[in-house]
Amino acid sequence: MTGNPLTLTLKSEPPRRVDLSPLSGLPHLTAGEVAALKLWMGKRTLRVDELFEVSGEDTSRLVIKNSCAKLDYIGKDADAVEITVEGDAGAYLGRGMKSGHLRVTGNAGLFAACELRGGLVQIDGNAGDFLGGALPGNKRGMRGGRVLVKGNVGARCGDEMRRGIILVEGDAGDYCASRMIAGTIAVMGQTGAYLGYALRRGTVMLWQSPQSIPPTYGDCGTHTLAFLPLWFSGLKDLDSRFAEPDSAFNRVRKYGGDMASTGRGEILVRA
Amino acid sequence: MIINGIAIDDTFAEAFPMKATRVIITALNLEWAYHAARAMSGFATSVIACGCEAGIERELLPEETPDGRPGLSVLFFAMGGKGLTKQVQTRAGQCVLTSPTSALFAGIDEGKPIPLGENMRYYGDGFQISKVIGGKRYWRIPVMDGEFLTEEATYMVEAVGGGNFLILAESQPQALAACEAAIAAMKKVPNVIMPFPGGVVRSGSKVGSKYKGQNASTNDAFCPTIKGMTKTQLSPEIESVMEIVIDGLTKEDIDKAMKAGIEAVCELGAEKGIRRISAGNYGGKLGPYHFHLREILA
Repeated sequence: MTGNPLTLTLKSEPPRRVDLSPLSGLPHLTAGEVAALKLWMGKRTLRVDELFEVSGEDTSRLVIKNSCAKLDYIGKDADAVEITVEGDAGAYLGRGMKSGHLRVTGNAGLFAACELRGGLVQIDGNAGDFLGGALPGNKRGMRGGRVLVKGNVGARCGDEMRRGIILVEGDAGDYCASRMIAGTIAVMGQTGAYLGYALRRGTVMLWQSPQSIPPTYGDCGTHTLAFLPLWFSGLKDLDSRFAEPDSAFNRVRKYGGDMASTGRGEILVRA
Repeated sequence: MIINGIAIDDTFAEAFPMKATRVIITALNLEWAYHAARAMSGFATSVIACGCEAGIERELLPEETPDGRPGLSVLFFAMGGKGLTKQVQTRAGQCVLTSPTSALFAGIDEGKPIPLGENMRYYGDGFQISKVIGGKRYWRIPVMDGEFLTEEATYMVEAVGGGNFLILAESQPQALAACEAAIAAMKKVPNVIMPFPGGVVRSGSKVGSKYKGQNASTNDAFCPTIKGMTKTQLSPEIESVMEIVIDGLTKEDIDKAMKAGIEAVCELGAEKGIRRISAGNYGGKLGPYHFHLREILA
């Protein structure tokens, strides 16, 4: 379909949190049908057009304007949809998204990109705790795709992450890469306490030396690793500092661990 | 047809369907990429006894390789997919994994997979790490010089093997010089290899033998030292015959390589002792691909 993307402009900040997950799979609907969809707000439902001004006709692309942090589950389980959120997003942004491109110009709340399966989630501001993590009680976090955060992220970034890439241009909170199963987390800024706590496999890549390396990690020395130029070349399509040639490196100090867990992962610090 | 005094026989080369793959070998410098590539494509002149036919296709600039280091592309051909898979895997493990600073990547991205890192990763004994980059899986295997980086798999495609032509000359040095000129020209053609030593075979064979259990034997019709003792194809002035065999990813690739090679020989001309160009076939009933010399040069 061609034409202007379906645009939902928030009329005013809702009194309670709203579940936007019905807006994830729209390509088969017309703009009129989208306007009539029911959304949950607290214990009551309301039509999309009660909350938003609806315009545009291309339902394969969705723009949410004037967005606020009370809009949860944006892009939940989305597949091959392009979603742009102008403003902040609530919790569970892109939860379980399969493919496509989801971009938030503001901040995102808790559990952004949790259990992500594919596609790209880009957050221009900050992200809350459990970015790319697993829902409480679940044992597998993000299992594919890429997450780019231009600001800072909260605690437990990549908790129980299984596969994929998380890129953080700013700082990461405590317990970054905790219980990580595999995948890659790259942080350009500072990291908090308990970095890589109980990490099993996977790679944590750091541009700055961490506050301290956990005692359950072994120093493997400084090395030039052949995979790094290749890995950085896979980020060239991003609108990010990670795509800039100056950000890339191939020489790192490697710490292997967490020996208190499976101990086959690594923290690579730019040397 | 006579070009520059050289007679072009009205005959054709007969070729066969094969399975093929390409790998890319990189290293710290081109010299060490050559060490790995030569080892991996060694003892691979003919499927008759080597299991596969292999050769270095061309040198790759750092900007052409996945990891930005100098490299080489190597082509492998075998009669079946199973044999090709076994040969590539064995050679990757023994010749590239072992070669200092090397890395190994797929050179063809579609078709049936041939495992590279998928199986070699077990050499890492649990310390191996996988990374998915741009939708492709790579393996980092810790080795004594650092890390061996390899792609999960390369892929096999349908191909053509056994394109050939014969150079008939007045002397052995002249035949060899003509072959060298041909190979130099043919190396510029992509998607082909000339699998024999230096690209040239001096022991062209015919099917069968007087001896039981011998499937192939010397092509006596083209052997100059016995031309008075057998049903020869050689005129009195021919003292040496050499053959160039070509495997290619498509028939068109072999067409181009044969044309480039024969034209390079013809440029030398009869005054350099080259008298005829011919080709090897089995009567046209065994191989589905026929390369008619005069059509290629037309």
